[in-house]
Amino acid sequence: MIKLVGVKKTLGTQPVLRGVDLTIPTGKLTTIIGRSGEGKSVLLKHMIGLFQPDEGQVWVGDVEISRLRGRPLNDVRKRFSMLFQGAALFDSMSVFENVAFPLKEKLRMTGPDVATRVNEMLEQVGLAGMGHKFPAELSGGMRKRAGLARALVVRPEIVLFDEPTTGLDPLMAKAIHELITTMQRTFGFTAVMVSHEIPEIFFLSDYVAILKQGRIAVMAPPAEFIRTTDPEIQEFISVGGPVVLSGAAARS
Amino acid sequence: MVAAIGRLVLKHVREMGRMLIFLVSSFGWLVRPPFRFIQFVKQLHFIGYKSTFVVVLTAGFTGMVLALQGYYSLRKFGSEGLLGSAVALSMIRELGPVLAALMVTARAGSAMTAEIGIMRITEQIDALDTMAINPLQYLIAPKMVGGLIGVPLLVALFDVVGIYGGYLVGVDLLGVNAGSYWTSIESAVEWKDIYGGILKSISFGLIISWVCCYKGFYTRMSAEGLGSATTEAVVLSSVVILVWDYFLTSILL
Repeated sequence: MIKLVGVKKTLGTQPVLRGVDLTIPTGKLTTIIGRSGEGKSVLLKHMIGLFQPDEGQVWVGDVEISRLRGRPLNDVRKRFSMLFQGAALFDSMSVFENVAFPLKEKLRMTGPDVATRVNEMLEQVGLAGMGHKFPAELSGGMRKRAGLARALVVRPEIVLFDEPTTGLDPLMAKAIHELITTMQRTFGFTAVMVSHEIPEIFFLSDYVAILKQGRIAVMAPPAEFIRTTDPEIQEFISVGGPVVLSGAAARS
Repeated sequence: MVAAIGRLVLKHVREMGRMLIFLVSSFGWLVRPPFRFIQFVKQLHFIGYKSTFVVVLTAGFTGMVLALQGYYSLRKFGSEGLLGSAVALSMIRELGPVLAALMVTARAGSAMTAEIGIMRITEQIDALDTMAINPLQYLIAPKMVGGLIGVPLLVALFDVVGIYGGYLVGVDLLGVNAGSYWTSIESAVEWKDIYGGILKSISFGLIISWVCCYKGFYTRMSAEGLGSATTEAVVLSSVVILVWDYFLTSILL
């Protein structure tokens, strides 16, 4: 479980987070939405210690990480993986080397096990046979898939997704979303996703939270979330047409 | 006015403090496992081997022009035989370390800043952090060592090629006696000239890696920011090299 208590953060002179209280349930997919520039990525980066809050606490399990540095912070980070907005693949390495990198560096794996795990992961994300290519030779969707493979190859407990479908065409975005939900259900990791893909995220997520004016305004399962009475949030989530849930989400 | 000056001074003091912490931390991470030997070799190849061509070219022409200028000055006093020592001492003590360092700054230093800066902008450095890998240890420390070892080797090459460039012009073109060219070098160059040059080249290697890595690591998150970081890295490294050269020379003499 990840828990943020009263997290405040100012970047330059601009207050971004003004007291975020948020609990991310274990083993579920939680999506954070909000307008551009609200600080969703900043919030995500607080969860893995890339940002330290000016005030407040960030708990990962029973460890408070907001003031941790060095080895103790790295020990917590070993439980995480993160897929960045632009995938953040290492330019100087091939796709295979990128995916193998956390296995070698984080898990200290060596020998043929690395190749087996990497090839298995590349196949799962639909990049079988692409291991020799370099990031510059890949399309946006392929880069995201490679980033996803790199994030999941170490079988992490918690995965953070920072706008995983931004800049992709709708079909590719759908494919990436499906990949994320399939992987989440297969491996059972705790997933936190920042996304603008409304209404799709309501069909994928176990919980949806909205960041508004530096605070979490609503955090609830999708079926409950869409019943919120806040007119601004209603406008935000239904700008592309009303959200209609189906199947299990609607029944819940 | 006073407040503005104060703010400016504080800003620069803070920046210098941050630079010093960056340097000390990078060396601190260097001595902690895991040791990444392959990374060191890659950086040595990038800073050292890949700068060889530009260093050889610059060294050759520097030696040649030194011989040309030196020959016409020495001829006035009938001392053309001392041409070898004039070329060698200028190269070993001063021009070798300084010009090689400036060339490495222009070629490898700017590339280091750009590479690290792009990694920062595209969140590759954050990605290292999230994998519990310290970027100072993985990225910066090998570049520091690459600079510390690579630049002295390039300076040595610069000196040798420069002296041979001087020989080419002085002996083959202007007719100075080959024996007196080499003998004057042998009698004039002392050990303290050589280790002074080595000391300079080591410190210049450190300055280049330190300044260029720092500027890339803390680049502003935009293409414009990266452009200015690269320019600042090259200008600052070059200025610091020349200023430090003056102080080091005044101590060594």
